[in-house]
Amino acid sequence: MNQEYEVIIGLEVHAQLSTNTKLFCGCSAAFGAEPNTNICPVCLGHPGALPVLNKKAVDYTVLAGTALNCRINRHSVFARKNYFYPDLPKGYQISQFEEPFCENGFLEINIDGLEKKIGITRIHLEEDAGKSIHDQGWETKLDLNRCGVPLIEIVSEPDLRSAREAYEYMFRLRQIVTYLGVCDGNMEEGSLRCDANVSLRPKGTKTFGTRTEIKNLNSFRHVEKAIEYEIGRQKDILENGGKIIQETLLWDSESGIVNPMRGKEESDDYRYFPDPDLLPVVISDEWHNNIISLMPELPAEKIRRYTLEYILPAYDAEVLTSSRETAEYFEAVIRTTKDYKSASNWIMTEVMRICNETKTSINNFPVNPESLARMINLISDGTISGKIAKDIFPIMVAEGKEPEQIIKEKNLIQISDSNEIERIINSIIEINQSSIEEFRSGKEKLFGFFVGQVMKETGGKANPKVVTEILKKKLSP
Amino acid sequence: MPLYSSLSEKQELIRKGNLSLTVNVRDFLSRIEQIKDVNAFLAVFPEKSVESAIEIEKKIISGKHGKLAGLVVGVKDVLALKNEIMTCGSAILQNFSPVYDATSVRKLIEEDAIIIGKTNCDEFAMGSSNENSAYGNVKNPYDHSKVPGGSSGGSAVAVSAGLCDAALGTDTGGSVRQPASFCGILGLKPTYGAVSRYGLTSFASSFDSVGVFANSIEDIFAIHDVIKGFDELDSTSVVSENSYCHDESRPLRIGIPVEYFDEGLATEIRHSAERIIERLKELGQTIIEVSLPNMRFAIPAYYILTTAEASSNLSRYDGVRFGLRTEKDGLLSSLYADTRSGGFGREVKRRIMLGTYVLSKGYYDAYYQKAQKVRRIIREDFLHVFNEVDLLLTPTTPTTAFNIGEKSENPLEMYLSDIYTTSVNLAGLPALNFPAGKDQNGLPFGLQFIAPYFCEDLLIKAVQLLNSDS
Repeated sequence: MNQEYEVIIGLEVHAQLSTNTKLFCGCSAAFGAEPNTNICPVCLGHPGALPVLNKKAVDYTVLAGTALNCRINRHSVFARKNYFYPDLPKGYQISQFEEPFCENGFLEINIDGLEKKIGITRIHLEEDAGKSIHDQGWETKLDLNRCGVPLIEIVSEPDLRSAREAYEYMFRLRQIVTYLGVCDGNMEEGSLRCDANVSLRPKGTKTFGTRTEIKNLNSFRHVEKAIEYEIGRQKDILENGGKIIQETLLWDSESGIVNPMRGKEESDDYRYFPDPDLLPVVISDEWHNNIISLMPELPAEKIRRYTLEYILPAYDAEVLTSSRETAEYFEAVIRTTKDYKSASNWIMTEVMRICNETKTSINNFPVNPESLARMINLISDGTISGKIAKDIFPIMVAEGKEPEQIIKEKNLIQISDSNEIERIINSIIEINQSSIEEFRSGKEKLFGFFVGQVMKETGGKANPKVVTEILKKKLSP
Repeated sequence: MPLYSSLSEKQELIRKGNLSLTVNVRDFLSRIEQIKDVNAFLAVFPEKSVESAIEIEKKIISGKHGKLAGLVVGVKDVLALKNEIMTCGSAILQNFSPVYDATSVRKLIEEDAIIIGKTNCDEFAMGSSNENSAYGNVKNPYDHSKVPGGSSGGSAVAVSAGLCDAALGTDTGGSVRQPASFCGILGLKPTYGAVSRYGLTSFASSFDSVGVFANSIEDIFAIHDVIKGFDELDSTSVVSENSYCHDESRPLRIGIPVEYFDEGLATEIRHSAERIIERLKELGQTIIEVSLPNMRFAIPAYYILTTAEASSNLSRYDGVRFGLRTEKDGLLSSLYADTRSGGFGREVKRRIMLGTYVLSKGYYDAYYQKAQKVRRIIREDFLHVFNEVDLLLTPTTPTTAFNIGEKSENPLEMYLSDIYTTSVNLAGLPALNFPAGKDQNGLPFGLQFIAPYFCEDLLIKAVQLLNSDS
């Protein structure tokens, strides 16, 4: 009885939009303010207060939908989702049901070098609820700052077939929303949240198995681990002749297991109906064009351009476009240098390493792209050696100095003058006669010793090419 | 009897020194006290209104004053007045003070009107008799054993009994026009969206409108003119341009919809309507018999759609953040149940349940969606009729004021007292009740003119025409 199963996964991703103000009032949507300070009668649901749509949030939703190849509904409707919860002040969430802003799109992911299209069912715009804080004493505390912060819910088709595909999908999705600037993608702060629907079916069959929904997946690692766990759990049940119960599960990241969620009934009836306080949103051609004009170049296009225009290896293009900030840094560097591959190397190694070590965003990297580019140019025109550059760079990072200044202060300009180098080599030969004998009698390894001596004498500034040339001449019998 | 018949006359008297606004306000205050048992006001602001009177009187004398300077107004207790308790006629909001003014109220204050108090009403504006207030029913000033109508009963009585010059009410299904009819005064329900709903406690958002009660048609016009207009705080409000509603060179074409003159209509009201129709003919206006064939669906569609919206609008009264909180055992589910069971009255609970039902899975299409279709059809009926006529004339209520307690045990019969008013709200049209006579017991009744969208001026013109002596 070794039945093989096919895994079916669909993801619902909530992305908090990075608008300055909330979806239906003028309160700040910023994360991390003192509890209950970004609130007003509208987001608190006071009697008589009414919602007024923040159009910027519509811009962002349509932008995301366009980037995810969706059809944009020019006529869209807000609906009320009715349920009681203390962190939901109005007793309903303003969301969308019929006629969401975006439908029928897809996202391409890359699995082992193969492109796979994952269908996007819909993207709708809604307001977030507040936060219930249960872990501070016996009482539940409410922070309503988050009430009314705009969210988009991106619902995928059940097209994902493994935890890795789910991971990859999340990764690409995050990359796109952060590229668009519509979401900061910060999973720890809850700007990006994910629920996964998981089911199994015997390989070769067509009907879907009973699915479970896992909530609270707030990091990439958890998305993968929780799905992996749930697949195993369902497999065990099925293999032992059991049945999967359709239920909502909560991922417990500490113990690494899922637990059934309590408190919410099985058959929720949210009694959706169009919100009579808001008019249907009609996106005119002019508005639509304005939104589309905000569309930046997306990672896939950048990768194409980097490999074709700058002849970079695919690997480099992938790394450089991993975030919009990194790509923008690279593009700023190559405005000042044409040595694309060097620029790529420096960013992929030194810059990204230091960013990782110091946990700083490349936006705040102390060396500005122009300075890095000038340093690269100083290498290519022979002013300094690559080795010297490796010494200079940490000083640029630490002290914010320009490369030219450091070179001047430390007198690091490369010595390429063959007369000078010859003079130095001559003096070295004079005091190392015995080594020369050895070299000439076949101990060729000693060539390196002589190069080392020259470098020592010049403080590493001698042009290695010139040194090798002259040494070869001088040492030959 | 008042010394003036309109605000402009009042301002003239004050300016000439023939009337003291302070004395006028004090007179209103003492009259409110005198006939306290009609229960028209839930809150009165004696100090504040006298203070304002002193200040505004100076302004009037100096000639620099707002459009409504000196107008003494009662405000229905579903409209927010900053830092004053707003109960909405409900126990659940017995201690709630809004932190803002409703836009309509703010505009009144900005034009130097004086808010004398908050008026009683049916709980959350749900009712046709003012018997659903948690703070006691309101009595009809013509006969204390009769209801004043509802839900804006307190506002209607305040104006009818001379407790203030004018009042704001709200009209979701007839809540301004029906009490105006029962109390013998003018009551305007404007076009949906003409007046901002910001600060109006929602009952049914797509129906609610802020209306005006007054004794003079000139005042109705002046007040509506001040409170109307687009408000950026209400997405459903609109710029009400003075649309071109009537070609002055030809007589008004007034439609009489046959469906309104059915067997349910009291004979005295029918006869009065016939006399008024004759008078309009004498005045040279054109009378055309028309039909609104889907009228009979108005009441069911109205009660499905308004209760659906209400069930959701009233979810916010949960005891968590403001208002009444009843908590017996510390469990969340009982916090909700206890607060809402104890805080809401019978009619409100009935409508929440009805509304929850019609939005539920499996019933949404059959009730809510169907009712939306009916709403569209009724709107189309009106639009169709307005191709032929400038205005409609109909009774406002089938009868005069009924006895207190007469219908309170029979919700269906109570709902039918709105039979002539709800269709106007389904369509979102403006309509105006004007006093049209009294029955043999001396109880007043009114008729209503209904106009196309944003043609409030036409309603006012028609009433002025009837008032004219020519």
